[in-house]
Amino acid sequence: MQQKVLMKGNEAIAEAAIRAGCRHYLGYPITPQTEVAAYMAKRMPKIGGVFLQAESEIAAINMVYGVASTGKRAMTSSSSPGIALKCEGISYLAGSDLPALIVNVQRGGPGLGGIQPSQSDYFLATRGPGHGDFHVLVFAPASVQEMADLTARAFDLAEQYRMPAMILADGTMGQMMEPVVLPEAKEPDAAEKPWATTGTGLRRKHNVITSLYLNPAELERRNVERFQRYAEIEKKEPMWESFMMEDAEVCVVSYGITARISRNAIVEARRQGIKVGMIRPITLWPFPEQPLLAAAGQVKGFVCVELNMGQMKQDVELAVRCRKPVDLCYRVGGMIPSPDEVLQHIRTMAEGGERK
Amino acid sequence: MQPKRLTLFAGHYGSGKTSIAIQYALALRRSGKAVTVADLDIVNPYFRTKDSEQRLRAAGIDLICSPYAGTNLDAPAMPAQTYALVADRETYGVLDVGGDDRGALALGRYAAAIREEDNYEMLLVINRSRPLTATPEDTVAVLREIEAACGLPFTGVAHNTNLGPATTAQDVLDAIPYAQQVCRLAGLPLRMTCAPAHLCPALQGRAEHLFPLQIQPLYYQLSEEDSYGKADL
Repeated sequence: MQQKVLMKGNEAIAEAAIRAGCRHYLGYPITPQTEVAAYMAKRMPKIGGVFLQAESEIAAINMVYGVASTGKRAMTSSSSPGIALKCEGISYLAGSDLPALIVNVQRGGPGLGGIQPSQSDYFLATRGPGHGDFHVLVFAPASVQEMADLTARAFDLAEQYRMPAMILADGTMGQMMEPVVLPEAKEPDAAEKPWATTGTGLRRKHNVITSLYLNPAELERRNVERFQRYAEIEKKEPMWESFMMEDAEVCVVSYGITARISRNAIVEARRQGIKVGMIRPITLWPFPEQPLLAAAGQVKGFVCVELNMGQMKQDVELAVRCRKPVDLCYRVGGMIPSPDEVLQHIRTMAEGGERK
Repeated sequence: MQPKRLTLFAGHYGSGKTSIAIQYALALRRSGKAVTVADLDIVNPYFRTKDSEQRLRAAGIDLICSPYAGTNLDAPAMPAQTYALVADRETYGVLDVGGDDRGALALGRYAAAIREEDNYEMLLVINRSRPLTATPEDTVAVLREIEAACGLPFTGVAHNTNLGPATTAQDVLDAIPYAQQVCRLAGLPLRMTCAPAHLCPALQGRAEHLFPLQIQPLYYQLSEEDSYGKADL
């Protein structure tokens, strides 16, 4: 059995990134993700890596662009307002087909908002965080173990599909402590990257990393090709977990910390004889539409539980083609729902009514 | 142990300082003492002493903490009453110090007065399951950094190796040589072995100075069989 350690979610992301071969962390501190940077500051110098606190979030994401261009695994992390600043750089990464990891440990917004947990960057993350037509892979961990495992996976898939990936966590996931088995350490930059700007050695034509295309037809072709890649990802890469769905008449849909709270509520509802289960999206883009559409034939309705005003709810309605009612249990501003609040929504849906 | 007037818990962040400080204060109160808890943490945004305020007040314990704890403001502020606890020698004080050297910096403000009164116990809380304090050497390095930051020497060690609610008695027993080595390297006595209360019968006679902790899991707890957290990657 591998050794378990006790970690904060933020620390687990940092250590998992190092074990995934990342030796370049470029960031700027912001609550509630500062432990990612603090951990990197302690560890990177000991293993020959780079920890750099940039002068701003914008500088940090553009440094990520530079490192990624050379084919090295690069990452940055921030919380909601800082991620908004990085959006221009993320768009450039996507436009240049560069892999990179961006960690967003969300806090309440909009504006300066607050430092307590939130999931209100769902739209920002899943619709392509920046200008132009693009997506990033979006992972929503619901345990400290998943903070570690999904970090490793995000690096791998980002490289495989040559695109940025985002860990979309919430403040609670970042701050809470749980036992975790850390992933095996990998050699840094094991994979071949023939596109990287590492010097031609006079043996090949030079590589160009750019998002600027002077010819509109060429830019159109690049966009269309990228969306063909996205279509493949939407088919192959959605991840989700089904919990107690076999005989469920109500389906809770939730991710991150609210999925943990929902789980408490579902166990209690089952104890009271209510047939309820949960489909927990683990990737938010690509969104796991298929299991939700399948569940629409089985359940009376869906209950979305999230820390925003109903952003994922729209994706659930689209996924189930509005065949069944979709209710929303939400808290915002840094508040989180109690299992009892979730349970009330489950009970109402089970009784055939939709809460407004 | 005969309690000193002030008891301070410091150490690596995430080592369990807040949990132990609260339960130590409750135990002290149960023995009939007038107790005040002071939260000196100016670093940690969530999971703070403030979360246990009702429980402390219900037991008749005063809590001094930042007026911004648990709010949306990220301000490293401490209230003026903290000094009153240090200066007012009538009441017992339990001080929950922030994590690492950065968190302990604020303690420096009171170090001279605490040293002068010379009636304090400052315990280094240690947990071998925390990756950055997994070896005795790394743990003692944290100790030195904290002492340098706050200017107050430690007087003992509180051993708190745990994996959260999933901790077993064996986890605690396995880490005893680690705790002993930390004590040897630091030249400090072991003052506490902390463990979840339900494990204490199994640890009786096998761990020194047992201190039971009432642990209340916050969220759905994952079991070994639970698929949760082990998504099919």
